[in-house]
Amino acid sequence: MNMLERTRPDTSRKTTFAKAINECLHQSMVADADVIVYGLGVTDPKAIFGTTDGLEARFGKERVFDIPTAENAMTGVGIGAAIQGLRPVMVHQRLDFFLLAMDQLVNAAAKWRFMFGGQSSVPITIRLIMGRGWGQGPTHSQNLQAWFAHIPGLKVVMPASAEDAKGLLAGSIADNNPVLFLEHRWLHNLQGSVPEELYKTPLGEARMAREGDDVSIVAMSYMTVEAVRAADFLSGLGIYCDVLDLRSIRPLDWPSVFASVSRTGRLLALDTGHTTGSVAGEIVARVSTNCWDKLKCAPRRIAMPDFPEATSPALTRGYHPRAEHITEAVAQMLGQTIDTRPLIAGRNFPHDVPGDWFNGPF
Amino acid sequence: MTITGLFPDMETPLSLRLLRDMLFIRKVEEGIADRYPTGEMRCPTHLSIGQEAAAVALCVALEEKDLAVSTHRAHAHYLAKGGSLPAMLAEIYGRVTGCCRGRGGSMHLIDKSVGFLGSTAIVGNSVPIGTGLALSLQVKKSRQIAAIFFGDGCVEEGSFYESANFAVVRKLPALFVCENNLYSVYSPLSVRQPDGRKIHKMVEGLGMTSATVDGNDVEAAYAASQVAITHIRGGKGPFFLELSTYRWREHCGPNFDNDTGYRTEAEFLGWKSRDPIELYQQRLLKHGVIDANGLRALCAQLDIEVLAAFQFAESSPFPDQAEAFSDEYA
Repeated sequence: MNMLERTRPDTSRKTTFAKAINECLHQSMVADADVIVYGLGVTDPKAIFGTTDGLEARFGKERVFDIPTAENAMTGVGIGAAIQGLRPVMVHQRLDFFLLAMDQLVNAAAKWRFMFGGQSSVPITIRLIMGRGWGQGPTHSQNLQAWFAHIPGLKVVMPASAEDAKGLLAGSIADNNPVLFLEHRWLHNLQGSVPEELYKTPLGEARMAREGDDVSIVAMSYMTVEAVRAADFLSGLGIYCDVLDLRSIRPLDWPSVFASVSRTGRLLALDTGHTTGSVAGEIVARVSTNCWDKLKCAPRRIAMPDFPEATSPALTRGYHPRAEHITEAVAQMLGQTIDTRPLIAGRNFPHDVPGDWFNGPF
Repeated sequence: MTITGLFPDMETPLSLRLLRDMLFIRKVEEGIADRYPTGEMRCPTHLSIGQEAAAVALCVALEEKDLAVSTHRAHAHYLAKGGSLPAMLAEIYGRVTGCCRGRGGSMHLIDKSVGFLGSTAIVGNSVPIGTGLALSLQVKKSRQIAAIFFGDGCVEEGSFYESANFAVVRKLPALFVCENNLYSVYSPLSVRQPDGRKIHKMVEGLGMTSATVDGNDVEAAYAASQVAITHIRGGKGPFFLELSTYRWREHCGPNFDNDTGYRTEAEFLGWKSRDPIELYQQRLLKHGVIDANGLRALCAQLDIEVLAAFQFAESSPFPDQAEAFSDEYA
């Protein structure tokens, strides 16, 4: 973990997660002429939620282009281009469509370096946007990071803040390995302090979003936002939690996880994916194995139910884990009961959106 | 288009190169088949015997700097492109001197020094990757081209259509080389593609310039390759070349398997009578390009080279066990 905050010339400028990604792409393409950006819709009027805005006009059709609807081959095209000296950034508006590309991802990108004796590498970054709620339903809402994290040779990055969206994307593009960069749609409008210059945040270093000695909450991506809400609410009641934002789940910053749990003696692992086979499950397993004598109570996890996500708002009302569930779990681990009604009352927008800004359809 | 014909005026050194390369590959493959039963080559191995002409014609027509990718049945493509024989055999033997240091085996060959950038084992897997090589060459304004070797089974994979379509859309410098040997493992074309389909015609329908040629006639295949390469280097976009040919031995392994019933002995013998190497030897002998003594000398020289490579492979050390846990990331 990067315990030492980097010195920055200016952290006062605020921008959104989506704009930070756009800025990173612009600056990365200026910095390195081998960077190309492609994917279905990258040059369309919506510009992938604004994240690819202005790229084609500035860098031309050779380096920024829309593609045929062909997820599998177009992933392989990126792999080939990467082997031959380019540094492609591929974009998928929905992670679920990327499932068509598993052969190229798993059998080619992930294997290439190892399989060919370390002679070639595949410096491709694949941006996958995923989400939840607002009727995304069974096939537009999946958070499958655990699948990807299972595969040796891949890196899996999941930013949770605007600052990390920029720094981790720059770090991913500069990385000489295939990197899956998973953006939660509920984070795109998140504001943060984002330095204007291009900077690279190392992959594999967790970030301490909140500090406290009572419980270690380990989170990734959007669940970090819910964890911080819970931790801030709990701190008002005199309960203090570490919130460790993993930022990258392969490589995963195990030393930081173990250090935090060794201090607090309590682990609550969060996940934006389904419970069975989740990254949270792996965290519980490794903490149990490595920190057993430090644990004061059984480790816990909160992830998505082991059911597909339904479409109707009536059916998703009780489906998503939120800050109140995290709060309740922390309280139980401490043998306490906490009234979460004030926390819920503070959220004055529907249950299936991240905030007032989100009006669908994506 | 269909490309046929004899080229008796072909330059002598070129003719001999075509013959030499085909003989070389045949001797390597037969050497593998002979030694395979000893159990020292412990990986699935797909021999190219019977299909040498297509690989040689294409690779001789390419320049060394041009790029190539291939499939599970890659020995001929790798060797024809100039890939190191000792490194290939050592790889099949699982030795540290192998082209992948023992990580890849027969189905994963690479020799970057001659532009052979990799063969992969999943049908259709390397086609998009070869297309991506072509994209990179185009973006970097190179005059090199990317050759993509695959079989008739591959054109049934979605990745083929997706790649061909993109190559046409972007006019990529990609040469799609389809060796049609009639079988996908043991499944004949009749259960895989409709009666009467011409693969090159189908691909033409995708908007790609296409041609077919007798893949057992090495000079015709060479001429067709030149047509294709000239087209691509002229900036006219990708080209699809279908070469009809036949795999003599079993899909995977060293044996003949016509007795298993998936194809007839008569069909095999029909193709064997059109052995691309025998056909070409006879043609060169007839035209006086080489005589019987010259042919014997060439074979003897190749035998020495092949034997030395086997000896190198068999005497090479295995990789250290720690190598199983390295090179996961760059």
